[in-house]
Amino acid sequence: MTTVLTRSFFGLMALFLAMPIIVIAGVALNEKKTLAFPPQGLSADWYLSVFTDEGWRSALMNSVLVAAVAAAISVAIALPLAWFLWRRVAPWARLVEVIGFSPFILPPVITALGALSFWATTGFYGQPWTVVISHGIFFVSLPLVTITLGFATIDREIIEAGMTMGADDKTLLKTVIFPLIRPYVISGFAFAFVLSLNEYIVAYMTVGFTLETIPIKVFNALRYGYTPTMAAVSVFFILVAIAVFGLVARFGDLPKLLGAWSEGEKD
Amino acid sequence: MRRSPPQKLTDYLPIAFPAAMLGLFFVVPFAIMVAVSVFKRVPGGFYEPAFTLANYARFLSPFFGEVLVFSLFLAAFVSAICLLIGVPFTYLLTRLRRGNQVVWLIALLGVLSLSEVIIGFSWSTLLSRTAGLSNLFVWLGLMDRPQSWTPSFGAVLTGLVYQAFPYTVLVLYPAFSRLDPSLMEAARTLGSSPIRAFLNVVLPAMRTTLLATSIIVFIFALGAYLLPQILGRPQHWTLSVLVTDQAIYQSNMPFAAAMAVFLVMASLALVGLSVAISGRKGAGQ
Repeated sequence: MTTVLTRSFFGLMALFLAMPIIVIAGVALNEKKTLAFPPQGLSADWYLSVFTDEGWRSALMNSVLVAAVAAAISVAIALPLAWFLWRRVAPWARLVEVIGFSPFILPPVITALGALSFWATTGFYGQPWTVVISHGIFFVSLPLVTITLGFATIDREIIEAGMTMGADDKTLLKTVIFPLIRPYVISGFAFAFVLSLNEYIVAYMTVGFTLETIPIKVFNALRYGYTPTMAAVSVFFILVAIAVFGLVARFGDLPKLLGAWSEGEKD
Repeated sequence: MRRSPPQKLTDYLPIAFPAAMLGLFFVVPFAIMVAVSVFKRVPGGFYEPAFTLANYARFLSPFFGEVLVFSLFLAAFVSAICLLIGVPFTYLLTRLRRGNQVVWLIALLGVLSLSEVIIGFSWSTLLSRTAGLSNLFVWLGLMDRPQSWTPSFGAVLTGLVYQAFPYTVLVLYPAFSRLDPSLMEAARTLGSSPIRAFLNVVLPAMRTTLLATSIIVFIFALGAYLLPQILGRPQHWTLSVLVTDQAIYQSNMPFAAAMAVFLVMASLALVGLSVAISGRKGAGQ
C-alpha cells in the first residue's frame, strides 16, 4: 500500500517536472511555423535550425563562449580562496567567503543592477566581455561549495606525511592536494558553466543590447515573434544540462557533492 | 597539514586575487548601486549625483505597497507549497537506492539550472489554448473546448513552484540524507504506521531545518524576475520584476536602485533569521 503510494507520488512529480519539456520538445517538431501541440506534421527542421540559422547559431556560440570563460573565472576565484581557508587560520577571510556566496543567495536582480551601475559608471557598459566578468562573480559560490567540500575530504595526515618526507607547499599542492580535489574543481566548473549558459538577467543588464545569448534571444522571440526554433533550443539546453550533470555523477559522487554522506560512510 | 595563521606576506598571496576580484566586481558595484539610490533622476534616462531620499519616499505610495504585499504573499505561498510537497518527497528520495537517487538528482539539477526564460516559455505553451493541457482534457472528455490558462495568477504560481521545487529538495537533501534511520525504526518497532512515524518523529526532529529551508525558498521565490511577467498580468508583478522594469524600460535607475537596496535589506534580515534558527539547532545538540 505504502509502496504504491510512494511510487505514484514519484510518478506524479516526474510528470510535473517533465511535462513542460515534453510539450516544447513536441512543439519544435511542427512542420509549419506554429507552436501547436500535438505537432502538425513532423519535421526536424526546427531542431536543425538551431545550428543552421545564422542568428541562433551565433547566439549559441556567444552563450557557450561566455559560459566557458565565466566558469573559468569562477574557478580561478574559488580555488585559491578555498585553499587559503583550508590552509590558514584567518577569521577575517570568512568575510571574503561570505561575499563570494552572497550573489547567489540574494535575489539575482540585485547582482544584475549592481553590474549595470558599475559598468555604466566605468564607461564599459555594453562591452561583450563585461558579462563574462559579471557571470564569473555571480557564480563563484558554486565552485566555492564544491572545492571547499573537496578540501574537507583531504586527510591532513597524508599531507603531514608528505611534509615529513621533505616536500614543500608547492610540491604538495602539485602532487598530492590538486589530484585529490580535481574532481571537485571540475564539478564546480560544470555547475557554473551550465548556470551561466541559462542565465538571463545579469546578461541582459550588462550586454542586453549588444550581445545576444540564447536566453536573451529566446526572451526576444517570446516578445516579438514566436518560432519553433526557440522550443528546439530550449530542449537542446535541457539535454546539455542533463549530460553535464550526468557526467559529474558518472565521474564523481553526486549525492555527496549535494551534501549526503559518502557511499558506505553511513553504515 | 596543520592550519596555521599567515605569517609572511607571501602567505596572503592566494587570497589576494579572490579578494580583489570580489571587491572590485561585487562590493564596488554594490556600493555604486547604493549611491545611485539617493541620486536624482534626470528626465531623458540618466541620473546626476545628489542626495535625495525621494526614491525611498516612493515606497510610501499605495502602488509600491501593493506590489510589496503581493510579492511577500506570493513568495510565502510558493514556499509553503514547495515545502508541503518537497518535504515528503525529499524524505522518500533519501530512502531510495543510491543509483535511483542519482537519477533524480540529475533531473532536479537539470530543471533547477533551466533559464527562467525557458521555464516561462514552456509553461506559457503548456497552459496555452493551442498547445496546452486543456487540449488533453478535451480529448479525455473532461472539458468541452480548449482554454487558455495564461496569463493568470495560477500560471504564475505554477511556474514559480516548478522553478522552486528542485531548489527546495536540494536544500533539504543534506539534512534528510543524514537523518538517523534508527529514529524511524524505533518508531516502527513501537507500532507506528510509516505515515504516523514520519509526522510524529521525523518532522519534529527536522523542525529547525524546515523553518530555515522555508525562509531560503521564500528568498528564492522573491528573486523570480521573469515568470510573473511572462505568465501573469501586470497586477501579478513582483518587486524583482518592478526593479528590472524601472531600470530598463522606464530608465529610472535611482528608483530601481532604491528598490534593490530595500530587497537586499529584506533578504539579509531573512538570511540572518534563518542562520539564527540553524545556529540555535547547533547549540542545542
